[in-house]
Amino acid sequence: MSVVVQIPGPLRPYAEGRPVVTLEAGPATVADALAALWSRHPSLRDRVLDDQGRVRPHVNIFVGSESIRDCGGLDAPVPDGAEIAIIPAVSGG
Amino acid sequence: MVDIRQLRVRDGDVLVLVGTMKGAFLFRSDARRARWEMGGPHFPGLPVYAMAYDDRAGRRRLWAAPTSMHWGPTVSWSDDFGRAWSGEGAGPKFPAETGATLARVWQIRPGRAEEPDTMYCGAEPAALFISGDAGASWSLCRGLYDHPHRAKWHPGGGGLCLHTIVPHPARKGTIHVAISTGGVYRTDDGGKSWRTAHKGVRAQFLPDPHPEFGQCVHKIVSHPSRPDRFFLQNHWGLYRTDDGGGSWQDIARGVPSDFGFAMEVHPHDPDTVYILPLESDQFRCTPEGKLRVYRTRNGGGSWQALARGLPQEDAFETVLRDAMAADTCETAGLYFGTRSGKLFGSRDGGTSWRALAEGLPPIVCVKTARVAARARKGRAPARRGRQAPARA
Repeated sequence: MSVVVQIPGPLRPYAEGRPVVTLEAGPATVADALAALWSRHPSLRDRVLDDQGRVRPHVNIFVGSESIRDCGGLDAPVPDGAEIAIIPAVSGG
Repeated sequence: MVDIRQLRVRDGDVLVLVGTMKGAFLFRSDARRARWEMGGPHFPGLPVYAMAYDDRAGRRRLWAAPTSMHWGPTVSWSDDFGRAWSGEGAGPKFPAETGATLARVWQIRPGRAEEPDTMYCGAEPAALFISGDAGASWSLCRGLYDHPHRAKWHPGGGGLCLHTIVPHPARKGTIHVAISTGGVYRTDDGGKSWRTAHKGVRAQFLPDPHPEFGQCVHKIVSHPSRPDRFFLQNHWGLYRTDDGGGSWQDIARGVPSDFGFAMEVHPHDPDTVYILPLESDQFRCTPEGKLRVYRTRNGGGSWQALARGLPQEDAFETVLRDAMAADTCETAGLYFGTRSGKLFGSRDGGTSWRALAEGLPPIVCVKTARVAARARKGRAPARRGRQAPARA
């Protein structure tokens, strides 16, 4: 079963303009899904993760409607057919 | 979608690179500097604390370091004056064993002319990154990062940053850097080992005003013709050294305040330096509501106020550490930008000024460039990772 990753507007230039990337391999965790995403669009990685591989503090990642910060972080499970969304936090100045 | 205005840059033009809290702007004029045209904003919405121009090896390359609150910092270059930006995936990163993450790039500095592929980046948290391949890849300078003082450096109001890098123009391996708050550090072996170079600089915000380190140095400048002489604007205090930082003398005579950030040396005269004094650390605005640049022509022996063309009433302005720069024209041009988004320029060495722009976002960085005729195509850094256009 495939998994869909929603790419926010500011990051689409790093993903060949795509609003959505479909991962066919059926990743078990968010970390697996992101690794598959980076392999297709390597420049996305440094925008979503910091130098130490942590999700940047003003970036939210959801599996369905659940933030991964509330369900295991990068180890959060990804059910078959799930939708993963990368969304900038409501912050700025 | 933000409309990004592009400039048609010609040989011989003078450029003023302006980094703001909401993007980067370019100003161009011919060498007369009578009429200016503005381009940008590049990286709209993003703070750009560092910009640079590299004209070594036939390049005509702009550098900029935008930082996104969401997506982090990048270091980008453009070989066509901002129509396209490259560099995604090639910027400085802290190695895993440091546990650190790049928060912001405060300075981009091309290396010596004889080393046309050497580049430096000053980072927050305070660190120096060095590239030997024109920015295609960067390495953390471990000699400085592993310095035993580093654990006791503390952030100033802007963060713990390495904000100024001065490679010695003739002596390979000698570099001075300035860190807020850490002080001035010097290497003579290309970065393997570092020692302090701020003896005599006060830290009046500490119990011991003459600590071994911890000075809050806001800016250092040096003229290439006298590379062992530096001028220093401190968090309180104006200084000069003639021995590469071995000892510093107080030169704050005749200024309304020795607090400030910005400092620049005249491009052709090592005795002439410009500062922009601010009232105090508690009220970081121009004294008496008058916007005045101060100039010394005798190495700090005395200072003269330069106010012609600058607002002298109700002008409570702030000019930050990297927001003043000189061009290299025969009659030097000076430029500075304020936190209120005004850009001022002088084409007579600071004697008279006029506003080049008002209403920009808060200005944090001002640099200049003189565009030489194209000799041969510069070598582009090898691409690592995919290229992405300037973010909209």
